[in-house]
Amino acid sequence: MTGRVLRTVAALVVFAVAVFPVYWMVLTAFKPTKDIQSATPTFLPISITFEHFGTAVAAQGFFSFWRNSLLVAGGAVLLALLVALLAAYAVARLRWRGRRAFVLMVFIAQMTPWEALLIPIYVIARDTGMLDTLWMLTLVYFMITLPFTIVTLRGFLAAIPPDLEEAALVDGCSRGQAFRRVVFPLLAPGLLATSLFGFITAWNEFAFANVLIIKDQDDRTLPVWLSSFQNTFGTDWGATMAASTLFMLPVLLIFVVLQGRVTTGIVGGAVKG
Amino acid sequence: MERPVTPAAPPAPQRRKRVVLPYLLIAPTVLTTAYLLVYPLVRNVIISFQRFGLPELVRGDAQFVGFANYAKVLADAEFWAVVRRTLWFTAINVVLIMLLSTLVALLLMRLGKWLRLLVMGGLVLTWATPIIAATTVFQWLFQSRLGVVNWLLVSLGFEEYRDYTWFANGEATFGILVGLVVWQSVPFAALSLYAAMVTVPTELYESARIDGAGAWRVFSTITFPMLRAMFGLITCLEVIWVVKAFVQIWVISQGGPGQSTTTLPVYAFQVAQSLQRYDLGAAVSMLMVLLLVIALLAYFRVLYRQEREA
Repeated sequence: MTGRVLRTVAALVVFAVAVFPVYWMVLTAFKPTKDIQSATPTFLPISITFEHFGTAVAAQGFFSFWRNSLLVAGGAVLLALLVALLAAYAVARLRWRGRRAFVLMVFIAQMTPWEALLIPIYVIARDTGMLDTLWMLTLVYFMITLPFTIVTLRGFLAAIPPDLEEAALVDGCSRGQAFRRVVFPLLAPGLLATSLFGFITAWNEFAFANVLIIKDQDDRTLPVWLSSFQNTFGTDWGATMAASTLFMLPVLLIFVVLQGRVTTGIVGGAVKG
Repeated sequence: MERPVTPAAPPAPQRRKRVVLPYLLIAPTVLTTAYLLVYPLVRNVIISFQRFGLPELVRGDAQFVGFANYAKVLADAEFWAVVRRTLWFTAINVVLIMLLSTLVALLLMRLGKWLRLLVMGGLVLTWATPIIAATTVFQWLFQSRLGVVNWLLVSLGFEEYRDYTWFANGEATFGILVGLVVWQSVPFAALSLYAAMVTVPTELYESARIDGAGAWRVFSTITFPMLRAMFGLITCLEVIWVVKAFVQIWVISQGGPGQSTTTLPVYAFQVAQSLQRYDLGAAVSMLMVLLLVIALLAYFRVLYRQEREA
């Protein structure tokens, strides 16, 4: 009996520690400034205001930063899906010389400490005139998400019995047709999950966005904007927290969509963005 | 594996197509990786052997200087302080992460359905919090005058924390960064470990319990040995993730106050950015990669073996 009480208390503590910072962020975003600046904090949403969201949205460049982030993250993910799908198919379905070396290479690429490559990528971008372009960021994010996209897609592909495809081949489909008609529909949830995780990685990336976009401030992305938000707005914590909440929203939605099985499927693949 | 084609039987067109197909399929991956990953890495190695400051960046006439950059970095006491700090930072974080995640995973195993869903939901929420958003929130939690942490500590009777400026104190900032990284990392590790623990057959636990084994014995004789590979994998992923943690540190403290939170990636960036010594920065980042490779060599061996069995 005491064991059960103990477990319940432990569970509630874990839950509180996990959730509190996020709760505090959202709560602050909705609090009137006088409540934020009071000596004793209020822990419940007693009075609510949308003023801080107004400040965040009205901030200069807000919409162009959203657009930039969407373009860069979306572009990177689409590119990664396309390239990874081909490679994942080769790895999961075909036997060929060098397959093991290739898979190992992908695993190693997945572990690349990207921050160590800030300097050469900056230099390369500069040499090729790609500095201050969203294209360069898209390419970098594509590369960052590619390895784990291959690994997870390979996992999803491997879970689809090859017999189904072979049956289609026997029925006179070409390999491409068999893939399109049989494998692709079954793979769709995997593709969705993988691309959403790739999207999150790209959506969150800060270091490269901070280094590669310097001159043209209009081409900045949301994470960079958010990190500079405090400097711009001084100690306007309400606006800062509102901006953070807005920034987190798409990712949160993705996790809600992904909930449950798909999430654990990705976890099973032991992938981390 | 493709069998070598014997000259006696000329390959049918279908057959030849299948030999080429896999290589066609991986070609885009190989080409883009070569350009966007291998080339920057090679470029980094080259820069680390050159004199490459702002003038060379502008003029593009960098001279090779052999190991001069490495010699300079390795002779610098500052660098070794940063290495020690990075090792500390990594060790503290990874130990805490693995310990807490294991406890949370074990807890999840023993919770009823609703509490388990509640805790898992909380973990997923934390996991979903973007690094930048979480970093900003932690700045807000530990804000000196309005921060809820100071309020809590003062309410508990620790009067000295009234208006305490956490980010002016090196050790305090270090501690907050550890808290932030651990908070961000536990959900992934705990959920993965839980997902793995669920796969252990329950009969093993039952028979152990019938034999009178306590919780610790069950864990050390059944759970851990069965999930050794998973524990190893997650530890490795966390090591990589913590060593290269850059954004949190950069946004919260930029490595300060003083140098008290400067770890290797931050140091490489500082040297390159503020001193405009891209050559030294490249050398530091190469040394960091080397350190990681050494730390993970054992893991690569396991991966290689697994891939052979697959």
